[in-house]
Amino acid sequence: MIEPAIPSRRKFLQNVGYISVGFSMFGGCIGKTDPAIAARFDYLGDLPRSMNQANQVNAWLEVSADGRVRVFSGKVELGQGIRVAVQMVAAEELDMELDKVTVHLAETDVTPNEGYTAGSGSIKSSAMSVRYAAATARTTLLQLASIKLELPIENLALYNGVIRSTVDKKSVTIQDLLEGAQIETEVKSPVQIKSKEDHKYVGKAIPREDIKKMVLGEQVYIQDLRFPGMVHARVVRPPNYRSELEHLDDSELNHAVPGIIKTVINGNFVGVIAEREYQAVKAARYLEMHSKWTTPEIFPAQEKLYDHIRNIAETPENIRDDGDVRVSLEQGRTLKATYTKPYIKHGSMGPGCAVALYHQGILHVWSNSQGIYPLREALAAMLKMDTEKIHIVSVPGAGCYGHSTPDDAAADACLLALDYPGKHIRVQWSRADEHAWEPYGSAIIADLEASLTESGKIGAWKSDIWTDSHSTRPNKDPGTLLAARYLENPMEMQSRGYRGGGHRNGDPYYAIPNLQLNAYYYDGPLRVTSLRSLGAFANIFAIESFMDELADKAGKDPLEFRLEHLEDQRAIAVIQKVKDLTADQVMAAGTGLGYAFGRYKNNDAYVAIAVKLAVDGTSGQVSIIKMWAAIDVGEVINLDGIKNQTEGGMIQAASWTLNEQVTFDQQKITSTDWSTYPILRFNDIPEVEVAVIDRPHEPVLGGGEAAGPPTGAAIANAIFRACGKRIYDLPVTPGKISS
Amino acid sequence: MPKYNLNINRAQTEVKVEADTPLLYVLRDHLELNGPKFGCGVAQCGSCLVLIDGEAVVSCTLPVSSVGKSEITTLEGLAGKDGKLHAVQEAFVKEQAAQCGYCLNGMIMSTVSMLNKNPDPEEDDIKKALQLNLCRCGAHTRMIKAVETAKNL
Repeated sequence: MIEPAIPSRRKFLQNVGYISVGFSMFGGCIGKTDPAIAARFDYLGDLPRSMNQANQVNAWLEVSADGRVRVFSGKVELGQGIRVAVQMVAAEELDMELDKVTVHLAETDVTPNEGYTAGSGSIKSSAMSVRYAAATARTTLLQLASIKLELPIENLALYNGVIRSTVDKKSVTIQDLLEGAQIETEVKSPVQIKSKEDHKYVGKAIPREDIKKMVLGEQVYIQDLRFPGMVHARVVRPPNYRSELEHLDDSELNHAVPGIIKTVINGNFVGVIAEREYQAVKAARYLEMHSKWTTPEIFPAQEKLYDHIRNIAETPENIRDDGDVRVSLEQGRTLKATYTKPYIKHGSMGPGCAVALYHQGILHVWSNSQGIYPLREALAAMLKMDTEKIHIVSVPGAGCYGHSTPDDAAADACLLALDYPGKHIRVQWSRADEHAWEPYGSAIIADLEASLTESGKIGAWKSDIWTDSHSTRPNKDPGTLLAARYLENPMEMQSRGYRGGGHRNGDPYYAIPNLQLNAYYYDGPLRVTSLRSLGAFANIFAIESFMDELADKAGKDPLEFRLEHLEDQRAIAVIQKVKDLTADQVMAAGTGLGYAFGRYKNNDAYVAIAVKLAVDGTSGQVSIIKMWAAIDVGEVINLDGIKNQTEGGMIQAASWTLNEQVTFDQQKITSTDWSTYPILRFNDIPEVEVAVIDRPHEPVLGGGEAAGPPTGAAIANAIFRACGKRIYDLPVTPGKISS
Repeated sequence: MPKYNLNINRAQTEVKVEADTPLLYVLRDHLELNGPKFGCGVAQCGSCLVLIDGEAVVSCTLPVSSVGKSEITTLEGLAGKDGKLHAVQEAFVKEQAAQCGYCLNGMIMSTVSMLNKNPDPEEDDIKKALQLNLCRCGAHTRMIKAVETAKNL
């Protein structure tokens, strides 16, 4: 049996109680006179938002009886490597060896509530909270040791869990010092943190321990959980979003498939539970064949999608309006273009899965949800239960970088667990259901218009962005869970979620005196939510393609044209860096080198991308040869983490750009497997190179989503340089180039 | 219910299971092996690969009744009895060739299978050998590097 480690945190706390340390902060830093101890300085800035409701050290870390430090993060592991980053900052501030620090990721009532693991925010919120909590813990431990050893703090040094006197032989371990209690000290500015010059781990490339488990098959994913007596379930999804069940005949199911435990029918929600997993697969197939559903026409014709979007959009909302765009656009040489991006899928390698157990009035849930606390609210509302009666453990799943199906699978498992209490119920989605029912990334239209002044600079710019919602993640609205909408008493989603993500990066980062951004929100036909970088991918594809068009119109080099419009030195530095990286490229006929820049959310990581590719003039086939990124995420935590994220971000975005769109007819989603929704395969994979500009004295910035958005535009710009064809509509299928 | 005597990871194992059950479900659900993963169930992604007589085979569509006496090796069976990692496993760790790691089983199985036949592959051979395997995180370039590292270990 494999089970994730169930922590004894609550029990531990009940048994040992707390100590409260209320000393005033001692002044002064421990200098470099002791070789084991690095200098500290007072961090005077703001604390992360995650600390608003979890401002005591013990919310973030504990000292175990064996002297290890256990760190708590409310974030979940998606493949981004948050675990090692959190481990590194804690070990750094406490001057511990890495292997003495363990990390416990999201679990309700155990870790802090950090909302969703999203928006490139895990380092900024969680890792920084752990940094300040660990630094505060160190200060408290030294204060306690000062009393116990009767020595001034200046004569004490903490290293690897032992506080030693620097003047005599006295020492005490941190676990002996605490005697089983935990540190309740409030974390508040100023916090004495380690001097950046003395960092042993932070800023270095530290390998992830979980990769060793993965190669051995020992990493436990949500799909790998196994409990004694666990049973297997499948949900039979309707043919489309609005289908109604007319008839279902399961009278012969028991004869057709062995091991059937029960069929659960609740309105249009149909589930089946069996002893063995493949029995559940066969039972679901049987029920599909022995049921009849309505299949109304609910989608517009795919080729008319963008017209449909324009028809249904609301009146626009003005997001930004600098200067006077209307007058300025009339005065200069103007250029207009429309760019479109279709619905795309998260396309996780592991379809939705969850385990639930209803036992003694408590509903236990295992999920790879990106937000276990908000999921708990949604489940409680759907099931009409108290949140206190729901316990959720986060377990790693297959990555997908957005709100995909884990929460929906958890809702399925909970509904079935309440119907069949006392057993662990494992729900596994099929590939076809994952592809047809996951919430997608919104289709987006960007209408851009800009004018050039006499000197060839941009005088005015207008972006009109047409977008659906970019977050329908679970919250206290039960309709955010798929299954809730199909119950006998259906709970429709009450709001359209977070629509602001649609105009993310819709206004260029460039210095333009007259600048307007308008958002045209629409309530579209397909289910949508957060997908890596939200609207930024489509918007930067549009803006950075348009920048190349404007540069050409102004008769300027595209990179110089960008630099002329930038004032932020860090933006200039990443562009300069990719320029240097590609300076020696020799371009053969039919090849092109394209560039793009983006500052994610216009306030986060800086990225410049270069793409070298070849276009086959006859077939229109694009072959990417190499992609380069220069990225500035401020202070780097794990150098290999940000490199890995940037490499992967470029490759995923290349797949979106060249291959991906959700397809549908008027009744159904028709891209239901990897042949109808192809993503990049190895033959298409180019070389990648990432240059990281480390700025240890700058605040950390979120880097996980930053590389994708400019990649699409850099590919489009390279295609134009290679063959003179401007790409306005994604994906770049060969037919769009050869036509 | 029929019984099958399977040769898995150098040991004989008997399972009682319906004949049409794909090998993947037998390995995961009956024998509690987590190496092979369910990814698509239609032989399109490579998550479920196992070695059958040294060659990578998709297990999600392979009925258990067709396996016979072949030697099945899963990810769990690659490392030596002393716990020493297989060269391919070692190389993937060395190159940190993963993000979420869900596809890693398939990547490693395809690589071992290729190296069994061609110990000195060029980059094109590597890409060809991994062509079935999908990865959504975009860790491909590290995986290619890991295969190049593995052939020299």
